Amino acid sequence: MNKRSFGVLAPVVLWLSFFMVIPMLAVIFVSFMQRDNLGNIVWTFSLDNYARFFEPLYLGIYWDTIWLSVLTTVFCLLLSYPLAYYMTTLGPKAQKFWLIGITVPFWINFLIRTYAWIILLRTQGVVNSLLMDIGLISEPLQMLYTQGAVLLGMVYTFIPYMVLPIYVSLEQMDKRLLEASSDLGASRWRSFWHITLPQTKSGMMTGSVLVFVTTTGMFVVADILGGAKSQMISNIIQNQFLGARDWPFGSALSVIFVISSLVIIGLFNRALRSSYDSSKEAKA
Amino acid sequence: MKTAQASKRHPWLSIHSFLLMAFIYIPVLLIIVFSFNDSRMSTSWSGFTWKWYSTLFDNRTVMEALSNSLTIAFTSTIISTVLGTMAALAIRKMQNRGKQGVIGLLYMPIVVPDIIMGLSLLILFSQLKMDLGKMTVIIAHITFSISYVYVIVSSRLANMGKQLEEAANDLGASSWQTFRFVTLPSIWPGVIAGALIAFTLSIDDFMISFFVSGPNSTTLPIYIYGSVKRGISPEINALCTIMIVVSVMLIILAQWLLGRGKSDKEKGGSLLPF
Repeated sequence: MNKRSFGVLAPVVLWLSFFMVIPMLAVIFVSFMQRDNLGNIVWTFSLDNYARFFEPLYLGIYWDTIWLSVLTTVFCLLLSYPLAYYMTTLGPKAQKFWLIGITVPFWINFLIRTYAWIILLRTQGVVNSLLMDIGLISEPLQMLYTQGAVLLGMVYTFIPYMVLPIYVSLEQMDKRLLEASSDLGASRWRSFWHITLPQTKSGMMTGSVLVFVTTTGMFVVADILGGAKSQMISNIIQNQFLGARDWPFGSALSVIFVISSLVIIGLFNRALRSSYDSSKEAKA
Repeated sequence: MKTAQASKRHPWLSIHSFLLMAFIYIPVLLIIVFSFNDSRMSTSWSGFTWKWYSTLFDNRTVMEALSNSLTIAFTSTIISTVLGTMAALAIRKMQNRGKQGVIGLLYMPIVVPDIIMGLSLLILFSQLKMDLGKMTVIIAHITFSISYVYVIVSSRLANMGKQLEEAANDLGASSWQTFRFVTLPSIWPGVIAGALIAFTLSIDDFMISFFVSGPNSTTLPIYIYGSVKRGISPEINALCTIMIVVSVMLIILAQWLLGRGKSDKEKGGSLLPF
């Protein structure tokens, strides 16, 4: 590399080192520190923050978070796959139209998309008044500020994240295999189950990792639709930094959050690779 | 072929897909509809009005948040577009092992969850004794925007190939002339598209700004978050509608810039936020 291109690259490398790498290292460092009563960081080494994570309260919240993320991922997968599949059966023009339709929500602020559900779900909201108008219920239902509302908001937010990777893998799959299997007399369902589904595993995996990890870090949906009742690990982290002012504990929770995300991504990748290897073996 | 494709389509598949699309769009459309509703209660329709939009413009807090958002977005867009484009140009010339490392560094802001990025910057700024304000938000926005500009400009560079530049070189152009009259004009649409993306990301960002903004640097999303926690109001519906329209328009413009000269297939979904 010559001197000039080094000069062109240096500002970006410096910027990202200073504002991305160093802060990340600082989080790890602070997670081993303590704090005083005023919320200042005390620079003495301790493992207390990590020990505190294993208190039943935090373990419980962590478990709830994982469970909510799993449910969100499964619902997104079940709802998105048929839509992605449907898109690939359309002609090029219609396909492009649907693709734009599924991309636009990415660019509508998730805060706004979450807020929309308050209009729908609150006690005097659209859903309650509709149900009362048609006489299905006589009293408004409590839908907002429940766990169900949080799950709904999460699924709603992340469906596009799931549709796109699945759509891409459906588009890229080898369609000659389907013709071959139908020529050999396999039913459509059988072809789907034995050819399409295995071939689109990578898309489903990518979508699942994306949805799972993003759900875990999304404190806003739980905050807005779940009220005080619903706490996710990301709500606790956010509160340690902006409310309770226990930065070392918040940092420790962040480190745990990142490590567990990496472990989950690793597990997904491993499952994907082993299934890929076994399919290669089957072919050979 | 078309009939074969159509025969694969089960009616339930179409019904499911249309319902899911409706599920995605109806809540957003409700915000837009209720922003024009005469009644304060967002439950039933009671006539068309512009009044929530005009009260918005009389609301000093909203106007201040708007001005903060625009200042932050313009500043961070200009700086991140320059830095991201420089990175894309320099990395293309690299061949050594450092290349992968630098690319990894550039992808970090996209991969790291927003909440972690926000709180890590908060730790940095507090240790540097920097007051939280517009400056800290601008720095944070530059940091994540660089990556998106880099991704867009470098894909444009990859499409362009090296033949033109080599030809200019062979014909005796200096490297500055080659850059100014060959490289820059061909990547220009990518640079502008990158800038539009950076602007939209900045205007829309909540998670990271929430950690690094101070009392005098409330942006529009932070204002919306504060109001939403207090309940719904027609003014917020109007504000959300404006933000939806602006983001979607900016993205369509960026997509159009990127799509020119590409095949239909490449166009779709090229502006995904990951």
